[in-house]
Amino acid sequence: MSIDLVNTTRTQRALGWLQPHRIGLIAIGIALFGSAVYFMRWDWIPNYYDLALQGIWRTIWIMLVTAVLGFLLAVPLGLAQAVGPWWLAWPANAFCTVIRGTPLLLQLWLLYYGLGSLFPQFPAIRQSWLWPYLRQAWPYAVLALTLSTGGYVGEVMRGAFAGVPHGQLEAARAYGMRRWKIFRRIWFPQAVQRALPTLGGESVLLLKATPLVATITVVDIYAVASRVRQDTYIVYEPLLLLALIYLCITGIIVFIFRRLEARIPTRVG
Amino acid sequence: MSLDHIFSPLLQLGAIELLSPAPPGWGGNLLRGLANSVQIALGAFGLGLLIGTAGAYGKLYGGPIVRDLMEVYTTVVRAVPELVLILLLYYAGADLINRALEGLGYTRIDINGLVAGIAVLGFVQGAYATEVLRGAILSVPQGQIEAARAYGMSPGLLMRRITMPAMLPFAIPGLANLWLIATKDTALLAVVGFNELTLETRQAAGTTKAYFTFFLAAGGLYLLLTLFSNVIIARIERWSRRGMPSIAEGR
Repeated sequence: MSIDLVNTTRTQRALGWLQPHRIGLIAIGIALFGSAVYFMRWDWIPNYYDLALQGIWRTIWIMLVTAVLGFLLAVPLGLAQAVGPWWLAWPANAFCTVIRGTPLLLQLWLLYYGLGSLFPQFPAIRQSWLWPYLRQAWPYAVLALTLSTGGYVGEVMRGAFAGVPHGQLEAARAYGMRRWKIFRRIWFPQAVQRALPTLGGESVLLLKATPLVATITVVDIYAVASRVRQDTYIVYEPLLLLALIYLCITGIIVFIFRRLEARIPTRVG
Repeated sequence: MSLDHIFSPLLQLGAIELLSPAPPGWGGNLLRGLANSVQIALGAFGLGLLIGTAGAYGKLYGGPIVRDLMEVYTTVVRAVPELVLILLLYYAGADLINRALEGLGYTRIDINGLVAGIAVLGFVQGAYATEVLRGAILSVPQGQIEAARAYGMSPGLLMRRITMPAMLPFAIPGLANLWLIATKDTALLAVVGFNELTLETRQAAGTTKAYFTFFLAAGGLYLLLTLFSNVIIARIERWSRRGMPSIAEGR
């Protein structure tokens, strides 16, 4: 019975959304999409299919790794800024300001070209086990994106940690919990829950930052599209397909975060 | 191995000479790049404000079709990386204009890099500004707007006298963020070969091989621009909040 009710309202909502002008707009959209498929050149796709899949995989992989590492960096940064003593808060604040105040492209090039040109001058580094990694581009890409996300999310986590009601922490202390346990069970989960919508936005921003790694020769999906353009002189088709791919990945991220947020019921006043 | 031997590559002898603004040094090029960056950021931010105002009004007061189109515009632009949009608009925009000119019987023109950069970044900024301004207009007590309408104000007068001044305090934090994004997004134009600060830096670094020095110097310039902007923004925010209760305890 109740399921029936939900179903009818859901259908009604869908019908309400599908107003006459929307049907027209959707028809125009489909027509545009169809004409793009029909009139534009897509014969290059089979040649680059494998490369494109690898590129998509690398984009997602870099994004996931830097999101996790960046978050691990952001938690201490946020804590230091929110409750740390001045000798921790001040450097954390300076780090976030510098990261947020300079373009990511410049940070990336500073690490890759700047550090990359300094390292070979030290024989100690050239003989260490790190050297084979330091000669490749992806460690610099991961490092730059991690520092950048850490800076931006650190600022978010500062607000989130400071925003957890004091009574919660006092109650936990009254129960005799140790500091680490309070952090693990009370403070951290509530801070993350508060920050979830913003973290979703930051994840989309991180995804949109990943194509920059193509400028330091990491072959992500953007680099594949550039290569198609250089090889075949086809300009629009690869870029349009690229935009579509990013739209899809963004949609997936937004969907995942909406599901995460829906797990915890919130009351809207 | 002596300490001196370890640190000498870090110091990269003659950083001062390299960065001096006079011709043997590359400081002049960097400053020219910074001027170009600021110019583009200002232009793009202004264009973004115009598009954003139109977009916010379209989303709030437009007909159903205008609203849906605006929704598509803001969703797509905010979901696709700026770098991809810049490339797409840079190539497609120039191509479309030239095709239109040829169709009308004019000769092709070379599109100025500055104008193209401003147009492309402005289009991107417009989508974000639309959302900021829409939220700000919604934060104005709607009774004020209704009262103005009841007084018989024309839409233009209403916007100029009531909506704009009343929404400004709510819009300033978001717009300030957008301005900082605009200054940093100019760096992306380096990828399409526009001579702004990042590309000038890379050229200087590539010629002199002093990569570290030049990228650090450029980072310092960007940081100075951001910190300077923050001072100005704080002043504008205080001005836009004049006569309003302090929000210091609310935060």
